[in-house]
Amino acid sequence: MTTMTGGTAASAEAVLDYDEVTSAFDPVLGLEVHVELHTATKMFCGCPTTFGAAPNTQVCPVCLGLPGALPVVNAVAVESAIRIGLALNCEIAQWCRFARKNYFYPDMPKNFQISQYDEPIAFNGWLDVEVPAEHGEGTEVFRVEIERAHMEEDTGKSTHIGGLTGRIHGATHSLVDYNRAGIPLIEIVTKPIVGAGERAPEVARAYVATLRDLLKALDVSDVKMEQGSMRCDVNLSLMPKGSSQFGTRSETKNVNSLRSVERAVRFEMCRHGAVLSSGGSIVQETRHWHEDTGVTTSGRVKSDAEDYRYFPEPDLVPIAPSRELVEELRATLPEPPTERRKRLQNGWGFSDLEMRDVVNAGLVELIEETVAAGASPAAARKWWSGEIARRANAEGQDVPTYAGVLGVTPAHVVELESLITSGRLNDSMARQAWEGVLAGEGTPTQVADARGLELVQDTGALEAAVDEVIAANPDIADKIRDGKVQAVGALIGQVMKAMKGQADAAAVRELIIGKLT
Amino acid sequence: MPRLLRMSELTRADVAHLASLARIDLSEAELDHLSGELAIILESVATVSSAPIEDVEPMSHPLPLVNVSRPDVVTPSLTPEEALAMAPEAEEQRFSVPRILDED
Repeated sequence: MTTMTGGTAASAEAVLDYDEVTSAFDPVLGLEVHVELHTATKMFCGCPTTFGAAPNTQVCPVCLGLPGALPVVNAVAVESAIRIGLALNCEIAQWCRFARKNYFYPDMPKNFQISQYDEPIAFNGWLDVEVPAEHGEGTEVFRVEIERAHMEEDTGKSTHIGGLTGRIHGATHSLVDYNRAGIPLIEIVTKPIVGAGERAPEVARAYVATLRDLLKALDVSDVKMEQGSMRCDVNLSLMPKGSSQFGTRSETKNVNSLRSVERAVRFEMCRHGAVLSSGGSIVQETRHWHEDTGVTTSGRVKSDAEDYRYFPEPDLVPIAPSRELVEELRATLPEPPTERRKRLQNGWGFSDLEMRDVVNAGLVELIEETVAAGASPAAARKWWSGEIARRANAEGQDVPTYAGVLGVTPAHVVELESLITSGRLNDSMARQAWEGVLAGEGTPTQVADARGLELVQDTGALEAAVDEVIAANPDIADKIRDGKVQAVGALIGQVMKAMKGQADAAAVRELIIGKLT
Repeated sequence: MPRLLRMSELTRADVAHLASLARIDLSEAELDHLSGELAIILESVATVSSAPIEDVEPMSHPLPLVNVSRPDVVTPSLTPEEALAMAPEAEEQRFSVPRILDED
């Protein structure tokens, strides 16, 4: 069930210093990821699933839960669920059923959600993710065990009216759009992740990033966290060091960017740490994540599974995938993420740390596309992980999303690099051109034209400037003549200043040394 | 699956909890009355558990069918007007519902 958005004004809760938390406690993580499949139609009816359609234009008697409507499962959604299970190294159920999860909330007009309960289609798997090595440098593989992956349907979208900024608190009524109700959803649940220690926030982020890359490679979902086609709930508890008895957990809902996953885990560790070390106890509850302030606030007290009164869905027959179908689908799986990462890393010539940063920043696809478009891997990494990443971070967004918002594409990086290699721009001019691109001033060439960015190719003007600077600095010139070549830096700086930065520093250096030695 | 309540287990608090899950507003008198009545109903239904079913597989469907599915092909949806025709209240082409219980 989708919980309400927003929350009451965040009352400040005590947090313990992170180092103190990790020296006294071991975190236990559990991650639940909901991913919307990008099938053409919904899970149990033929309504389209187009994102952003006008409200209630993609609904029918089945997804509105009108009396007498009969759901029929989408064959492609079942196959996608099996492929996801196989890619996560799960066993695939020989036979399984859907179940009704009963609750009263207007996001589901039927008053229940069709889900799977004790018979998930896939179970007992694992996913290897890369995290910084515990001792020493480099990275190491951390295995996240998968409990289950099950099929269900998404819920409608509520907008709360009358409260502040769409929040439920103080709202007078709510408006519901059921376009999203019934979109196929796969919920992927990890087993408790223990042993991550102080790296728990990084493990959580690396898991979600790796899972996203895997789902993208499977081509089963758009996996756009900002549009909600991939959503993450973070379960966290602490146990005193040396104990193996799990503590009470909190469940932070709808943590919807890679960066937020890392921050939410860290925040909850510090909050739990403060409660426990002051002798208090953790309340088992749902928490809301606040992107702007980086804190969680208390939500509703978690319902017991019993309260949902699950029972087998009588309107749908069981799913019994034949072993032939399962093997057929296994043959369609993409390269496993760790192998793919190794292959790309070798091809790109990145170090372990460079590759880990690229993976955890969600840049793999973007760099792959940029290299495919003609850029060098080094340039692709440099431009995508520089200024734009800094700004995306400040906006609380992932780089690919942010680039999409700005309209910045791999082709821009290719063009920028070619402006450097063709000798038109030096590195600092390229940075200015890139800033212009990020500011929406057009392509790198358009920005360079508009801002008059161009290395001076006129050797006459350059030579004159060099001669002038040498004449104005006889002492430094003498040093260079005496073989102290490192003194050339001071002269290069002055020539560059005289040329208003529009000269190639390497060429200036060569010219000065040529004249003085 | 939910545990089956036996008569001896059904307390007045259980009935109050079930009523709140089902969003049924019961008065104190109704709670008293229904606690006893539900216990009798459960006891009556429980007689089916005395049937000799050790060798019978549990079933959730009357027909021995599996894998009934449909192709992933779009079929016409309702128009928003049709969809909203039965809504007691609508606003901005959306279903208008009373203020949701403030659980925040």
